[in-house]
Amino acid sequence: MEILVCAKRVPDTSENEIELNSAGNDIERDDLVYSVNEPDNYAVEEALEIVERTGGTVTVVTVGGDEDEEILRREMAMGAKQAALLSDDTFEGSDGRGIASILAAFVKKGHYELILTGVQADDGAAQVGGMLAALLDYPFASLVTSIEFQEGGKLKIGREIEGGNKEIYEIDLPCVLSIQTGINEPRYVGMRGIRQVASIPIPTLGKAELGMNGFSGKAAAKVKCTDYFVPPMGKGAEMLTGSQGEIIGKLVDLLKAKGGLK
Amino acid sequence: MARIFAYIVHKAGVADDSAAELVAAAKKIDAAQAPTAVVAGWGAELDSVCESLRASYGEVWKIANESLAYPNAELVRQALVNVLPAGCIVLLPHAHFATDLAPGLSIKMNAAYVPDVLGVDAVEGAVLKLVRQEFGGQISAHVRCDISSGAVITIRPGAFKPLEGAPAGGVVVDKSSAVGPLTTGRRYLETVVAETGDVDITKYSVLVSIGRGIQDPDNVSIAQDLADAMGAALSCSRPVVDAKWMEKSRQVGSSGQTVKPKVYLACGISGSFQHLAGIKGSPFMVAINKNPKAPIFRVADVGIVADILEFLPELTNQIREK
Amino acid sequence: MVEAIQPPAQATYWLVQGQTLFWIVNLLGLACFAYIVAKRITPLLRAQRDPRFDRPFLRLGRLLQFWLGQWRHPRYLAAGIIHIFLFAGFMVLVAHTFYFLALGTSRHATMPSGLYAAISDYAATIVLVCMIVAIVRRILKPARYAVPPRYGKAHTADAIFLLSLIAILMLADGLFEGSLAASQFQQRLAVESLPVLSLAWILKNALIAVPLPALANLYLGAYLVHELAFYFLLCYRPFGIQFHVETSLFSVYFAKLDRGTVKPVRWGVPDDKLDQVKSFGVKTIEDFTWKHMLDFYSCADCGRCSDQCPANAVGRPLSPRFITTKARDYCFQHYPIFGSSHNGQPLIGGIYSEDEIWSCTTCGACEAECPLLIEYIDKIVDLRRGMVDDGKVPQSLQKPLKALESRGNPFGKMEKKKADWIKSPAFQQTCTVKVLNGDHAADTLYFVDSITSYDDRIQAIGRATAKILDRAGENFGILGAVEKDSGHDVRRFGEETLFMALRDHNTEAIKASGVRRIVTADPHAFNALKHDYKDVPPVEHISQFIARAVEAGRIKLNPVEDPNSVYAYHDPCYLGRHNGIYDAPRAVLDAIPGLKRVEMARCRDRSFCCGGGGLALFYEPKEDQRMGVKRVQMAAEAGANVIVTACPFCMVNMEDAIKVAGMEGKMTAIDLAELTEKQMR
Repeated sequence: MEILVCAKRVPDTSENEIELNSAGNDIERDDLVYSVNEPDNYAVEEALEIVERTGGTVTVVTVGGDEDEEILRREMAMGAKQAALLSDDTFEGSDGRGIASILAAFVKKGHYELILTGVQADDGAAQVGGMLAALLDYPFASLVTSIEFQEGGKLKIGREIEGGNKEIYEIDLPCVLSIQTGINEPRYVGMRGIRQVASIPIPTLGKAELGMNGFSGKAAAKVKCTDYFVPPMGKGAEMLTGSQGEIIGKLVDLLKAKGGLK
Repeated sequence: MARIFAYIVHKAGVADDSAAELVAAAKKIDAAQAPTAVVAGWGAELDSVCESLRASYGEVWKIANESLAYPNAELVRQALVNVLPAGCIVLLPHAHFATDLAPGLSIKMNAAYVPDVLGVDAVEGAVLKLVRQEFGGQISAHVRCDISSGAVITIRPGAFKPLEGAPAGGVVVDKSSAVGPLTTGRRYLETVVAETGDVDITKYSVLVSIGRGIQDPDNVSIAQDLADAMGAALSCSRPVVDAKWMEKSRQVGSSGQTVKPKVYLACGISGSFQHLAGIKGSPFMVAINKNPKAPIFRVADVGIVADILEFLPELTNQIREK
Repeated sequence: MVEAIQPPAQATYWLVQGQTLFWIVNLLGLACFAYIVAKRITPLLRAQRDPRFDRPFLRLGRLLQFWLGQWRHPRYLAAGIIHIFLFAGFMVLVAHTFYFLALGTSRHATMPSGLYAAISDYAATIVLVCMIVAIVRRILKPARYAVPPRYGKAHTADAIFLLSLIAILMLADGLFEGSLAASQFQQRLAVESLPVLSLAWILKNALIAVPLPALANLYLGAYLVHELAFYFLLCYRPFGIQFHVETSLFSVYFAKLDRGTVKPVRWGVPDDKLDQVKSFGVKTIEDFTWKHMLDFYSCADCGRCSDQCPANAVGRPLSPRFITTKARDYCFQHYPIFGSSHNGQPLIGGIYSEDEIWSCTTCGACEAECPLLIEYIDKIVDLRRGMVDDGKVPQSLQKPLKALESRGNPFGKMEKKKADWIKSPAFQQTCTVKVLNGDHAADTLYFVDSITSYDDRIQAIGRATAKILDRAGENFGILGAVEKDSGHDVRRFGEETLFMALRDHNTEAIKASGVRRIVTADPHAFNALKHDYKDVPPVEHISQFIARAVEAGRIKLNPVEDPNSVYAYHDPCYLGRHNGIYDAPRAVLDAIPGLKRVEMARCRDRSFCCGGGGLALFYEPKEDQRMGVKRVQMAAEAGANVIVTACPFCMVNMEDAIKVAGMEGKMTAIDLAELTEKQMR
């Protein structure tokens, strides 16, 4: 099975403190540590586990610039056999649809039976997977937490919904799935693994190679982020102060008053 | 201003709470317009939902089709594309169904897409200025959306408070015939209900909830002791379940249980919106967290900056003594 | 001398002349043994290289101490004494055995007489007694001999069989001499004197009245039985734990000399050529070195290692004894004496489970205990390297490893905040700490390492250490943001590449700072800088620094205030066992006037690991209990209400354990540096 995984390089929220920069138009990026978006990493692991059962290869692709190559290398160190960087000056400023269009052009150049993305990335939009499927006219499912093979080239997938419940669907191939974290346990990739793939050339494709027109870049973007700001605190919580004993005393009184104690 | 539609999520004949929130959001975009509800489904349950919506919506478009008896987003999307007029604005609640439906819908309708919106700052002709969050809720962003060819916008649950007001006295319009043939490459099989654990947290009026701040599975007992002393149940946020320190049935959140307690203690929980989305009914919320900047302090009633591993045992002792 | 009865070489055994028979027995026996040994050596020839031929005099000295001197044995007194007697008996009987074997092949051979003969008779008697005691012990066995079902079945029957055979050997020997002496007595010939109360003497007296023909048969029969038993044992030993009789000499001679450090990924491959190595670590048995395989053969299955292992004590799936015996059985199975060898099976998922190998805290208790100096830590690290190479790292460890790679510390905190601990307002007023960044220079580097820099509670140890250095007049500084984690536990958890990156980065930073000495309060950093790093200035632990300063009068200590405090010192594994620093911390405590100190039963090189440091803090093992909980209970049992430690990881584990065990109010934990700083005048 030929599987394509679309990945994104994002600031690692757990190892960074996200703050506004001094100009107030972006976050402070100087001290940030970047890595592959966590749900995308789960998607690559899922793809690798599938090809270990069925044969085939995993290809990882990202839209960006030179600095984004490092996540492609990391996923190759994990086991993806092919990678591609989709990069062009005209791709700058693309909105979600723009990114999806670029990826759709890449998909059309190959033959992929299964396309995976992570559920969402740093902007919390969770949009590229669904858009990509619509552009390609492939069936789509989001928040996928399990994938099983059926005869006849179909998949049985589970997706998570509220209450911890799971919807089960049968889906035709080729299809696009957005993968939720926790679907598997990704294997470890160490520095050594990354070094071993350090010199493998990664093809870069621009607008011309992809045969694209319209829909990407700043001009075509219908949605643009204009600035970042720190949300106003509003009322917020009443912070209790004092020694731990004093705080606990106040808290116990409050809990009693609100019916929190039996 | 284009026509605003609100897609209504419903279950067992009852509309989701978000239906009222979508009205409020629509009014923020265009105060002069009475938004139109659009509901897809089948049978008596669909009818009952449409009836209930007449109080808040000017028009309720009913899409009845047997293949939509279970809301399969792939099929619903086709139906909407055929039924909705070009260039309109569609609002949906940002949750599991919208993640499935909305991005593709925006492509098929050639409309702009803005997900998980928390606020409408301004409307300037064919441009909406909206507010979103990024980086796990740590930073807010202003987003400009060009709605000249329509828009699909998903609304953060709880971000827009339902409006008080006179009943709208809406009419139900049957649009089922406009649906056309529905085909899909994704067929619904069944829903697997999560195993109920030993404790049903949705039935408790007092909850002690733990998050990543508990740090170690061995420390869960510290929180359980507190819950026992308070006569409460112990619940948790997603990271605790992912790490397999507690059962899924104890998770509060958009992909876990929805709870409506009177009192909620959030211990070592940062306050991601997915977790808060599982808490309904505005309980008295106490947040205890080591990080004074944790987002939970914005929504809690009372906040304490402390290490829960030290604070909780002491609290348990004090409660036992009283 | 006139022979009382025919000696074996001349006698006839069922139509075969003795001499011929015994030539055949000897040749066949030796040939068999040689063949078996050659088969046993085969996997060693396929194993990795291991340079163990250096420093012969040092090795010889240790051979005399640990092998001949049975140095480690008395640590378990009863079994130790039995074994010392047994070993001494065997050693004495070596020459005797050669004479004995020669008797059957040469008509002119004689047995030695005089003092040596008397000593060897007593030796044989003692060996027999030891065998009887050992057999009884196998039946009424101590707990540590037990084999939990998941590790297989106990080899009690086999053990008793072998012990019995040795007993039979001794009996045959005694019977041989006794029957000869009895026959000499009966024929009124000069009786070879047998030492009183020796086995031979007893048997002589027992047989004194037996008719001569019967005696002759007993005599010749005993010889035959002895020969057969001897060669059977010789050829059977390589099939079980008794092989240590032969291999122990080599095992001890080739034992590891350099403690505290870990073997390189591949001996003979320098760091910059490691990229060419196809596979890191141990995945199949042939990936072990020949010395490690020899260790598998040499294990006597005594169980002392597992008895001391803290992971085993708390119910983790690790038991060092079975690491070795499972590997030995695997070798026997895959490199059989008869049949062809089949190799290349993966060990992880086969004889070992992943959890088993991740459960080790590298405390070294097993290595400190083993009488045969069998090594464990290098093997565990090599197995971990193999798992890391294959991506099989538990999710709980992947996060800190990733943080170490991107931020240089396992917590993922930002580099620029590494020196924030020196900026605490109250502290800054009393003590200024220099950051060595080109503007400032100093003689001494205080290497702080990750947990002391970033953990809110442990920063107090950093501040106390800085104050001590300041008060003692030391010109010191810290590296600040440019210091990364020492990488000590990154290496021991198998991530060698990341370790090398951290090590190289830190080495450059240390050299650039121009310091001539390093001090640290973190035993893991201490061990890394001392043994894993090359080309860095000499390093000392703060306890050593304080002890010297107190003795020289540069630091004076006030008496304790609370008369009810009783202190117990907990030896951190990487300060005590791995580096032999036991006395300096105790000297510091004893220099505090009025301080009441007690020793825990398990102290010094028997100290019980707190639960592990570095990455071990992040790993989530399956265990019945925490190691720290057991340790604070040990402190309470010793009569202490304050446990003093000299390692930040021990501190984290102790304070955690006090809470979990519900001992708040009954036990407190304090770091040596914190205590010193508190009592400093």
